[in-house]
Amino acid sequence: MRSFVDLHLCAPINDLKQMEKMVNSSAELGYRMVGMPLPPNISQERVCQIEEICNKTRIEFVKRVDLMPRTSNELLNNLGRLRRRFEIISVACTSKNVARQAAKDRRVDLLSPCLTFPCKRFFDYAEAELASKKLVSFEIDMVQILSLTGFPRIRLLSSLRKEVSVARKFGIPITISSGASDEKFLRSPQDYVALASLFDLPESYALQALSDYPLSIVKRNRGKLSPCYIAPGVRVVGE
Amino acid sequence: MHPIKRRYLFVQIASPETVDERAFMDAVWNAVLQLFGEYGASQTNLILMKYSLKSNYAVLRCAHKALDMVKASLASLTQTSGKPVAFRVLGVSGTLKALRRQMPETKF
Repeated sequence: MRSFVDLHLCAPINDLKQMEKMVNSSAELGYRMVGMPLPPNISQERVCQIEEICNKTRIEFVKRVDLMPRTSNELLNNLGRLRRRFEIISVACTSKNVARQAAKDRRVDLLSPCLTFPCKRFFDYAEAELASKKLVSFEIDMVQILSLTGFPRIRLLSSLRKEVSVARKFGIPITISSGASDEKFLRSPQDYVALASLFDLPESYALQALSDYPLSIVKRNRGKLSPCYIAPGVRVVGE
Repeated sequence: MHPIKRRYLFVQIASPETVDERAFMDAVWNAVLQLFGEYGASQTNLILMKYSLKSNYAVLRCAHKALDMVKASLASLTQTSGKPVAFRVLGVSGTLKALRRQMPETKF
């Protein structure tokens, strides 16, 4: 049986009750692992509280940080500072330079297209070619499809269709996540598969985007963050 | 002649406020129309079979070929007449009998 993962559950960090509700809903909908974006300066105490909430509902918690750098230098600085502290690093591509830098950096896990400005979507052939040489995945937040209506949604679906076809052509894994900050935007994995058909993502691929691909990112990064890890292919197996 | 293939969907209605039968169907039809247009909506053969205001569920019937369209439309809904709502498809089956078997805790 598949284990479904939602790598982008934007539950409010400061409202633990609301967070618990959202985590419970995710568990009821069939997710086994959720990633929550945390502020870079979050205290260890708060992380433990969140972990406790997730453990209560038997859901695995993944520490994630969303970076929104304005320049590529800022991105490099942030990556150096935060890579060892978070299991998932996602970069919102706000400019072409940032998008290109993120695509060619092996420390970046997820490329997220900019939500606020639909015209600023930089996932094209050049970007895909850079990303295909690294381990970067392309992330699609389904909350965008749910929150928009009318012409903006038509434009979004059209952009997503193009981006998905480019990603598949270059063999870049796509991950589908909720991006939900409210319970009403949470949907089951099967619902997301149905929604993914709107931008021509086949069912089998959509299922992988909700389970296999995000799971492999988490597994890989947990391995790298463990104290036994030395270098790619080199691990301490015993003393 | 081949029989028309149909699918039955068990839909959970998650909303802090009550959503009546009429509002539910209006919302579903509007969502199908918005996403797939009149031509797409005409292919769905959508019919409400059961609706429980008390237990917050509905059973819909649609054409087998339009199942993905109906599921996508239901998932895309976030509000009905200004009330926040989420419709979640909990089960799909080819017959009502099999759907009842899938949802043993709900009597319909």
